[in-house]
Amino acid sequence: MKLEELRQIRERAAKDLTLRKGDARVKVVVGMGTSGIAAGARDVMAAFLDEIGKRELTDVTITQTGERGLASSEPVVEVHVRDEPTVVYGQMTAERARRVVVDHLVNGNAVSEFAIEVRE
Amino acid sequence: MRRRLDVLVCSGAACVSAHSSQVRDALAEAIAARGLGEEVRLVETGCMGPCELGPVLLVYPDGAFYIRVKPEDAAEIVDEHFLKGRPVRRLLWESPEARKLAEEHKQIPFFEKQKKIVLSNCGEIDPESLEEYIATGGYEALGRALTESTPERLIETIVASGLRGRGGAGYPTGRKWEHVARESAAEKVVVCNADEGDPGAFMDRSLLEGDPHAVIEGMEIAAYAVGASLGYVYVRAEYPLAIRRLKLAIDQARRVGLLGDNILETGFSFDLDVRIGAGAFVCGEETALIASIEGRRGIPRPRPPYPSTAGVFGRPTLINNAETWGNIRHIVLHGAEWFSSIGSPKSPGTKVFALSGKVNNTGLVEVPMGTTLRELVYDIGGGIPDGKALKAVQTGGPSGGCIPAERLDTPIDYESLQALGAIMGSGGVIVMDEDNCMVNIAKYFLEFTCDESCGQCVPCRAGTRQMLEILERIVDGRGEPEDLSHLRTLGKMVAETSLCGLGRSAPNPVLSTLKHFEEEYRTHIEERSCPAKVCTALIRYVIDAEACRACDKCRPVCPVTAIAGSPGKPPYDLDAEICVRCGRCAEVCPFDAIHIETGGPQQQIP
Repeated sequence: MKLEELRQIRERAAKDLTLRKGDARVKVVVGMGTSGIAAGARDVMAAFLDEIGKRELTDVTITQTGERGLASSEPVVEVHVRDEPTVVYGQMTAERARRVVVDHLVNGNAVSEFAIEVRE
Repeated sequence: MRRRLDVLVCSGAACVSAHSSQVRDALAEAIAARGLGEEVRLVETGCMGPCELGPVLLVYPDGAFYIRVKPEDAAEIVDEHFLKGRPVRRLLWESPEARKLAEEHKQIPFFEKQKKIVLSNCGEIDPESLEEYIATGGYEALGRALTESTPERLIETIVASGLRGRGGAGYPTGRKWEHVARESAAEKVVVCNADEGDPGAFMDRSLLEGDPHAVIEGMEIAAYAVGASLGYVYVRAEYPLAIRRLKLAIDQARRVGLLGDNILETGFSFDLDVRIGAGAFVCGEETALIASIEGRRGIPRPRPPYPSTAGVFGRPTLINNAETWGNIRHIVLHGAEWFSSIGSPKSPGTKVFALSGKVNNTGLVEVPMGTTLRELVYDIGGGIPDGKALKAVQTGGPSGGCIPAERLDTPIDYESLQALGAIMGSGGVIVMDEDNCMVNIAKYFLEFTCDESCGQCVPCRAGTRQMLEILERIVDGRGEPEDLSHLRTLGKMVAETSLCGLGRSAPNPVLSTLKHFEEEYRTHIEERSCPAKVCTALIRYVIDAEACRACDKCRPVCPVTAIAGSPGKPPYDLDAEICVRCGRCAEVCPFDAIHIETGGPQQQIP
């Protein structure tokens, strides 16, 4: 192994540790309360993880949270982008999740048709 | 699929003893049962520090810190936190329960006053994963040293950094490197001293367990700088986990060309071997350690010649302590100026301490040099349990000394501690409260060194024995007024005339307690009394007739039937002539009716 190769390994391996750095640009929070899960939050979460993994978005972390009280809109997902208003999406599905990844996370355009709340 | 949670399970030896592996297994099972295997990763790390609270878990990215986790908690953590995103509050460091616990223990944030350089990876990465070490910048310092620097410049950097040996004596590390580099031998050796024999010290063990590659990388950089081709890590057999992880790390590094022939394809070759010691304290002394590496009996020899001219198998040898090695890569990466800006001017950098004894937060901590003992004990250590008063802080183990409470604002650096008759030592810090008898403590440490003396030179072999006999007499209530001057004379003689550091430092615990706690010695001798009520020959258990309710709890637990009485008919009677002072009765008494008295007429222990 040469120093160059070592540095390549580091670049690759460092992506694996981004979770522990806490300096993500984007934080996706999936509501995983009982009603969220009943409405399909697990599939939404899986879709986010899959799509973000495929696109190698290393500056995104995905976490979950409990019930937010908006049962009729479950599954609910919050997207926090640094220095931007927080967008809350409702009635999410796996397909919608993939669209949010592409439009909002990658291209920076919040998907207004799924948004149920925007917080400054 | 993208992972969303990294769950760090501390697998330092303290957490392992508290069954962290069962917790890990239970978590793994619950994660698999919930089908979260791809989203959640379990990582075993080295020591995170707060050993008192183990087993501990750290969950990223949210940073939730779980304490005292049991295997039965695993399903709840996985269901509630990993699946539903609701951290299990009752197990969190920050939970109301933990806060209550914190209030009870007067805990003040354990992590905030620390500065982790040597331990930066401990508890953060998987010590068995080379990739994770590389991800945190691992082997970059080696790479730069081999391709962008020269041996001379590397040594200059270490000299300029002001780094001093973390094994105890504080010899400037760069100077050592210079001595070995100057030798013209064809073969030179570098050695990592991880013998760590002080009771209660576990800095080196934690580093080897938590970040073994950091030690390897430091040794490789030094080998390049001084022209060595072979290295040994000397570690004691009592550290099986450290040995396993170190050997694994050596194999990993060798396999990818980071160790062995033609490292990083630069033409530089260096290989490393592990030597396992049998746990003799004297083998921490460098010449004894060398003898042990060579397969001979581990006894010291006179210096010169110093190991830097004739060490392992007669080769010029560079010996540094494990923690010292752990500093090297950071200095090479960030520069001498960065390093010397941390800590105090004469003792730059940080120091790792193993905090133990009568303190709330026991564990492994790393602080900048110059931090005061007060900050270490009260801020990081969280103070003394049960509202007791601090009496002294012991540093440096059996080679060190006791620092009295009134000197608590002493900054931690080599010179300040030495001025008080203590030493920095390898980093063991034992906190003592009002219930500790200083004479007994001195006796304990002297017993240790007396036992561990290799017996080669007379002052150490016979001198420590003589001192021990005097101390035994004193705690036995048979002390004589002239004993104190005898102890001082003998102590000075042993310190000045012993062959190696073991004997030279062995009187320290006695001399330092004599210096700061002479009154307590005098009370033992003149009044035949032990103020801390520890020395069994000088105390007796007494039943307070007024407080006794004749509940009959004490009578059955007495191993020598010294207690008589019948239930409901107070008071009970305790026969001091039979009593062996085991203290069981006082422990079980629900009314605090059994007290210890000291002084007055003595009663022989049967």
